[in-house]
Amino acid sequence: MKTKTPALPYVLWMIIFTVIPLALVAFYAITDPQGHFTIDYISQVGEYTPVLVRSIWLAAVSSVISLLIAYPLAFWISRRAWNHQRTMVMLVMLPMWMNFLLRTYAWMTILEKNGLINRFLGLFGIGPLELIYTPGAVVLGMIYNYLPAMILPLYSIMTKIPNSIIEAAQDLGCNTWDVLWKVLVPLTVPGISTGVIMVFVPSVSTFIISRMLGGGGNLLIGDLIELQFLGNAYNPNLGAAISLVLMVLILLCMSVTNQFGDEEKGEMLK
Amino acid sequence: MKWLSKTYVGLVLAFLYAPILVLIVFSFNQSKSRGAWTGFTLGWYQKLFTNDTIIQALINTMFVAVVSSVVATALGTLAAIGIANMKKWQRGLVMNVTYMPVINPEIVTGVSLMLLFVFLRSVLSYLNAKFGWNLQLEFGFVTLILAHITFNVPYVILNVLPKLRQMDTFVYEAALDLGCSPSQAFFKVVIPEIMPGILSGFLMSFTYSLDDFIISYFVAGATSQTLPIVIFSMTRRKVSPEINALSAIIFVVVLAVLLAVNLYDSRREKENRMKARARA
Repeated sequence: MKTKTPALPYVLWMIIFTVIPLALVAFYAITDPQGHFTIDYISQVGEYTPVLVRSIWLAAVSSVISLLIAYPLAFWISRRAWNHQRTMVMLVMLPMWMNFLLRTYAWMTILEKNGLINRFLGLFGIGPLELIYTPGAVVLGMIYNYLPAMILPLYSIMTKIPNSIIEAAQDLGCNTWDVLWKVLVPLTVPGISTGVIMVFVPSVSTFIISRMLGGGGNLLIGDLIELQFLGNAYNPNLGAAISLVLMVLILLCMSVTNQFGDEEKGEMLK
Repeated sequence: MKWLSKTYVGLVLAFLYAPILVLIVFSFNQSKSRGAWTGFTLGWYQKLFTNDTIIQALINTMFVAVVSSVVATALGTLAAIGIANMKKWQRGLVMNVTYMPVINPEIVTGVSLMLLFVFLRSVLSYLNAKFGWNLQLEFGFVTLILAHITFNVPYVILNVLPKLRQMDTFVYEAALDLGCSPSQAFFKVVIPEIMPGILSGFLMSFTYSLDDFIISYFVAGATSQTLPIVIFSMTRRKVSPEINALSAIIFVVVLAVLLAVNLYDSRREKENRMKARARA
């Protein structure tokens, strides 16, 4: 039992299937198809700055709105009786278990030009409105797909906060606003940062949601990468360069977010 | 205040469930168009079950999920045991790399594995030319299963490691003192102790594997389409009400599984509570 040899097959696996592939991404990003060193592809990524900015912007908006929707809900769940909490958590998780392609497809049915919303509005002589193939539709798709991933970490940290802490704050003269900002938010920072990461990372790198709900006009980083590898614009070197930029971007975001999470304010609850 | 919060919860739940409800309702709709309701039919379900592409995709998905989660569970459990015995710096290094597929965007993992398989193919063709071999690596089940194992192993390790940490190491030594051989002690003492972690790791792998689209999309070949890949190509052809039927079936299955797990859990919890009370 005191030996590390059982880990050997996995360590090998990890080197072949995790380390080497990422090294290959870096290698493709800084070489041309003949294998000579070049930074052309990395600098070419600069031409797609509008797409990068749009991806980050839409993902950030989705993360913030998800947080605003999820926070009160998670708090409400965490104050229920235990059995009730279980049921609510299951209700929140259930849609997440549906394949996300199907969930996104459902929104196409609702938002499209002769979809449900436009038909409903049509009864009153309004519309048809341009709902699908807009940035708003993409944000909606992101929020819908990843909202449960925001609710769950928030809930699991809030359920550890005893009512007595809130009551103590109230007894000491805090109004609702103070309780929220001076007690709840500081105690739930780790949940907030986990939730934001869980929404932001898949949103910023998606190519399905933008394809299905954004049409052709709302290209995101994910679409760019997919086009370079499987689309018409076959160019794995450029694709690798964009992937590398995306990866660095996300690692940076996460280290910033972890700065907040690592203050270990959650520790106070233990 | 009370009705306000209840309305709010109701609204969020409606937001989460309305789209799914729409899919299910329209799976019984006669018209091919998604907007109008023209009458009740079970025809789309019938069409779905006679659709060879979908049936084949379902079989492929199950096959890939079973093989990859079983291999990932074995590989990950052994890895966790080894990692638990590593020195601190080694463990830190291995765990950091283990986290990579978890934190990396799926599209980057997919692209990196695609590049790896392209690279391996060129290595193989070089070796074939040099030694007169005939080794092939086609994009298909092999690449798909290798990729799925890769993104599944971390979840097994992350589930098993905490159980190992909770385990009392003296139990293993006691088994040896009482005459177990190391392998007996391993299978009869260690494995049962960490079994809950192994099981949850396996279940997580299995469900992630069933559900994965993005990574599969980059490494699957034309002959090894999984259900999510087929769903994706169906959504691109605008009108395909069979998808609605498929969604309804998947939803009902997921609901049934979750209810069963929940019921089992709450029953076990009750039993545990009774036992604890009996002991007290």
